[in-house]
Amino acid sequence: MSRQQPLEGPGADGDEAIAAAGAGRAEVLTGRPIRVVVAKPGLDGHDRGAKVVARALRDAGMEVIYTGLHQTPEQIVRTAVQEDADAVGLSVLSGAHLGLFRRVLELLVEAGAGDVVVFGGGIIPPDDVATLEALGVGALFTPGASTREIVAWVRQHAALRHG
Amino acid sequence: MPIPPLPFDPASLVEAARAGDERALARLVSVAEGGGEPAARLARLVPFQPPASWQVIGLPGSPGAGKSSLAAALIGVYRAEGRRVAVLAVDPSSPYSGGALLGDRVRMQAHGLDDSVFIRSIASRGHLGGLSPALPDVLALVAACGYSTALVETLGAGQAEVEIARHADITAVVLAPGFGDAVQLSKAGILEIADVLVVNKADLEGAEALRRALEQALDTAAGAGDTAAGAGGPSRRLVRPTRPPVLRTCARTGEGVPGLVDALEHQLAALAASGELARRRRAAVVARIEAVWRELVSARFEDPTARARLDDLAAGVLAGDLDPYSAARQMSGS
Ligand SMILES: Nc1nc2c(ncn2[C@@H]2O[C@H](COP(=O)(O)OP(=O)(O)O)[C@@H](O)[C@H]2O)c(=O)[nH]1
Ligand SMILES: [Mg+2]
Repeated sequence: MSRQQPLEGPGADGDEAIAAAGAGRAEVLTGRPIRVVVAKPGLDGHDRGAKVVARALRDAGMEVIYTGLHQTPEQIVRTAVQEDADAVGLSVLSGAHLGLFRRVLELLVEAGAGDVVVFGGGIIPPDDVATLEALGVGALFTPGASTREIVAWVRQHAALRHG
Repeated sequence: MPIPPLPFDPASLVEAARAGDERALARLVSVAEGGGEPAARLARLVPFQPPASWQVIGLPGSPGAGKSSLAAALIGVYRAEGRRVAVLAVDPSSPYSGGALLGDRVRMQAHGLDDSVFIRSIASRGHLGGLSPALPDVLALVAACGYSTALVETLGAGQAEVEIARHADITAVVLAPGFGDAVQLSKAGILEIADVLVVNKADLEGAEALRRALEQALDTAAGAGDTAAGAGGPSRRLVRPTRPPVLRTCARTGEGVPGLVDALEHQLAALAASGELARRRRAAVVARIEAVWRELVSARFEDPTARARLDDLAAGVLAGDLDPYSAARQMSGS
């Protein structure tokens, strides 16, 4: 499942050509399991929802890096970078979500990882949903959203990143 | 000012990673994990030239024994010594979905923002031994990027701990009270591969009893200064210059962890002095070459021309002109 290409075969020596054609991205990322960081920023102490989502993504064949509670945006972005994540999912219940999302998005861009897809879940007032989507959050799932919906969204959008 | 997106060609990535770009290192770990020709090309760009202070410490143990917590505590001690530390936390992929839930970082977040600490969660992706086949390539990568200590956390269930012992310079098996008694542990082969035995959760009841039981089990195993499983020959087994010490730690508070680091240094020095360290590193490379060789051979099974030939030979066997053994011999000669 992890071996995408035979060790020998056509194209084995065409590195420069492949890189020049911009196909490197697909070569490196296509076909590998989607990697998702699931984080729970902020001070509130509930991560049940985040864990349910993490398990659903795992069961859909993704590699889920779970970071635990009380993560700062700085920690979340560092994790996304070190783990070469395709997507970051933030679970928020506290009122500070706007600032948290904004900061994560800013830091991702600063870290040169602006192509990482960000999504979120939790209790988010409808007004804020529009603001967050304008900021660049890919999708926001309310507590009523099914895990199947979330899995489908992550699969579709992380796959775009895979080129 | 936003940093431009990462390049994808391996040579630029290697250059960037060596210069300290962590994104590039992280991407290269993905390349190594992906295997195939990109990983082969990467390995050519990153020959294994570790710094003199390079050390790979294997931390196998049962789930929940406290490996990740202990890794976090070890990071603290090694950082205080001025070392740059890479943690590779390997967990099994689900055999059903191929996915994995990688939660080891949870315990290491105190070091999450340290520039000199690189933490990477690695799924085994179906590899039988439970270790990632890419591990040796990832170790070469972090060595090339200026890390001097690599901590490899891995499940210690049967095959995986034997494998990690094969790729680590030194192996500290992590145990805790309530995770099996000493008899079970010695049956599981843990005593054979450990250079150091760690009884973690020393704050819990049963830790001292576990320590005593381990010492006893070591007494009844081969004598002190033993050959863990037969010395000499081309054997891949470990030779331990001294009896493995049994140490108690409390990863939560850090108690006993400096003592563990001292014991690791001491054992490593003994391994180096006896020549065993060099022998282990060579054996690790032999194992790596073997694994890639196996892959190359397996790839030949998929070759369409070979498949067609196989089909022809099968017809010959059915017609009674040939037997399967001769057919296979013809195939492997091709
Ligand atoms: N009482 C006690 N608990 C510990 C100690 N070390 C780890 N733990 C706890 O044991 C659980 C599993 O730890 P973890 O490091 O994730 O174990 P791993 O699965 O082996 O990596 C966590 O709840 C830790 O907080 C210790 O020294 N004492
Ligand atoms: Mg762990």
